[in-house]
Amino acid sequence: MTKKHEVDHVTGVETTGHEWDGIKELNKPLPRWWLLTFYASIVWAIGYWIVYPAWPLANDYTRGIWGYSQRATVAAEVKAGIDAQAGQRAALDKTPLADVRKNPELLRFAMAAGAASFQTNCAACHGRGAQGFVGYPNLNDDDWIWGGSVEDIHKTILHGIRSDAAEARNSAMPRFGIDNMLDKAQIDQAAEYVLSLSGKSTDAAVAAKGAVIFKEQCASCHGPEGKGIVEQGAPNLTDGIWLYGGGKEQVVESIRTGRGGMMPAWQPRLDSVTLKSLAIYVHSLGGGK
Amino acid sequence: MTTVLDTRGGTSPTVPGDVETHDVEAVNQAERRKLYASREKVYPKLAHGQFRTVKWVVMAVTLGIYYALPWLRWHRGPDLPDQAVLIDMANNRYFFFFLEIWPQEFYYVTGLLVLSALALFLATAVAGRVWCGYTCPQTVWTDLMVTVERFWQGDRNARIRLDKERWGPVKIFKKAMTHLSWLLIGVLTGGALIFYFRDAPTLAVELVTGTAPPIAYLFLGIFAFTTYLLGGIAREQVCIYMCPWPRIQGAMTDRYTLLVSYKPERGEPRGPARKAKDGTVDWSARGDCIDCKACVAVCPTGIDIRDGSQLECIQCALCIDACNEIMDKIGRPRDLIAYDTIAKQEAKAKGEHEPHRFVRPRTILYSGVLALVGIVMLAAWFARTTLEVNVQRDRNPPFVRLSEGGVRNGFTVKILNKLHEPRRYAIAAEGLPGASLRIIGFEGAADPLVEVGTDTLRELRLLISIPERDLSALKSPSQDFDIVVRDTGTGAVTRRRTSFQIGGGTQ
Repeated sequence: MTKKHEVDHVTGVETTGHEWDGIKELNKPLPRWWLLTFYASIVWAIGYWIVYPAWPLANDYTRGIWGYSQRATVAAEVKAGIDAQAGQRAALDKTPLADVRKNPELLRFAMAAGAASFQTNCAACHGRGAQGFVGYPNLNDDDWIWGGSVEDIHKTILHGIRSDAAEARNSAMPRFGIDNMLDKAQIDQAAEYVLSLSGKSTDAAVAAKGAVIFKEQCASCHGPEGKGIVEQGAPNLTDGIWLYGGGKEQVVESIRTGRGGMMPAWQPRLDSVTLKSLAIYVHSLGGGK
Repeated sequence: MTTVLDTRGGTSPTVPGDVETHDVEAVNQAERRKLYASREKVYPKLAHGQFRTVKWVVMAVTLGIYYALPWLRWHRGPDLPDQAVLIDMANNRYFFFFLEIWPQEFYYVTGLLVLSALALFLATAVAGRVWCGYTCPQTVWTDLMVTVERFWQGDRNARIRLDKERWGPVKIFKKAMTHLSWLLIGVLTGGALIFYFRDAPTLAVELVTGTAPPIAYLFLGIFAFTTYLLGGIAREQVCIYMCPWPRIQGAMTDRYTLLVSYKPERGEPRGPARKAKDGTVDWSARGDCIDCKACVAVCPTGIDIRDGSQLECIQCALCIDACNEIMDKIGRPRDLIAYDTIAKQEAKAKGEHEPHRFVRPRTILYSGVLALVGIVMLAAWFARTTLEVNVQRDRNPPFVRLSEGGVRNGFTVKILNKLHEPRRYAIAAEGLPGASLRIIGFEGAADPLVEVGTDTLRELRLLISIPERDLSALKSPSQDFDIVVRDTGTGAVTRRRTSFQIGGGTQ
């Protein structure tokens, strides 16, 4: 049933019979190899639909008979990774915190796991190098408000500071200024005295007045010499490390507002091995006692 | 230079003695080459002679080394593989007899490759494509495959006849056995290769019992297939079309390079030798080449050496053997085809004598560079340490101010013990007055000794603190000092320079 079309006399090729304003199209078929490739691609595509996830449905999608899923692959790989660590994780879980450092292999594992977990969970506040920011303690130094032994650090991580966990580290410095417990002049005097504790140059007369205020208001928590009391989370005021800054202004602000930074409890969020690793990692940063 | 001559000479040649002549055309003859041509099958005839013998020996030695080497044992001590040559991917080690190369020492392998390349250049400058002709795996395996083919199907004429025959049980049997043998050689070749990557006796058992890792079967399959394809099927096409070396070697050879060459000044004019009435041939007015085409029949790449040196020629010297056999039979001097240099041929054409020149700028240069690289590698090998120490200072934070006013810096120290026995190291800081050093995991010990196990890397965290009173003794806010690692067994000391930061302007 092939209808013969006009043959173009220049090329000797039959036209398709289509004509637009006197322009005719030569009937040049697609190369056979191209067509075959094209058909093969169609067949391939149909096979692909059957085998792999392809078509979206109203609430689902066609899953394909091979049941391939990138999500499942990732999940399997993650599980394989965790399984591969199972032995070390179990060993770490069993070993008391203080003994971990006696086992080089376990210590290495804990430090590596802790470092990774630190970047995910802690670095947002404490910084990627655990160097801290104003209001967020530097974990590299040797000044620990709540204690720097690996057990202390572990407890802080588990329950947080002023978090809503039952066993949270809790201390509340009064808001001397906001709650009108001290007036401006008294706060100024107290600040001068606190600064004098770490050998900063101050107005001795003002500081002497502050000493009286300190004895009445502050010594119960920070100690008579201002060296702090770890059990109460009262920082040492005589050293060179200041969580909220060691300038006069910052110290005044601390007395006025009471500060009271907060750290979440991590026990509800992380598994016990990760929590342990974190404690060991933070302890190994250098400041651990 | 050699000249391309018209070889379409006489018709049915009459030759003295029982010299066999061949009705053969050189299928890859220069003048017949087109830009695209489908392959014409080459049927190499078996040659006999000194070069063929050399090639048999080379084949036996190279194949022998290839197949046997993974089975050679080399005792290294416990926990280490006892295979002499092993590329241990899983543990990142490369063992070669007494050598043990770690990934970071891969430059030794680079050096070996450079040495091999230079040796190849030198060999090519001296004697042309000796690599191609004798030792190239493609040549050796092709030779092996042809030998197997010859075993099942007979020599050249029998094979041509067989190919022309109609398919029948005999032909099917012969062809099938040939291909099966090729496949078997392929499997053995691929099998031998994977032995270099895993303990050979273990892997052999695993392969047979089907418990080897799938990747082993995969690579065995890949190499079996490529051996079958390249050695059995593709053969000379690999050399002519796929290999870059024939193109490069043109730059390596010169007028003084020994090349397999036909001597036209002796051979021409060629033609069938016709006997006079007394049964002798008058050689005075003609060349020694009787155009028997024995040289063409034995050629594995299907060329006519009498056309001069050409890209397709792998310089296997089989045509020399073939021609010498004929020369002996017709009573003419040997070496009408021989290893010769262009310079000598030109001199001879002019009736002069040209001595052989091995020593010339090119060979001196190649040998010099070869020696230089060799010396550098040897020196590097003798300077190779069995201990590697890497010190990295903390960048974030670069320093930590302590509550008492002092400053502490953190360092990561990596100690790599390449010895096959555990070692104990003492670590100290030198050049920092008042500094105290602490290693995480070694707290409490006065002089901590760090044990690093056999063939392992140990990473340590090192903390160095300087109390406030000693900070003023530092010459700059960034004070250089040494971390010193001492092997307590040998007393050998390794130093790494680093710096102690106290932060500018914080005093």
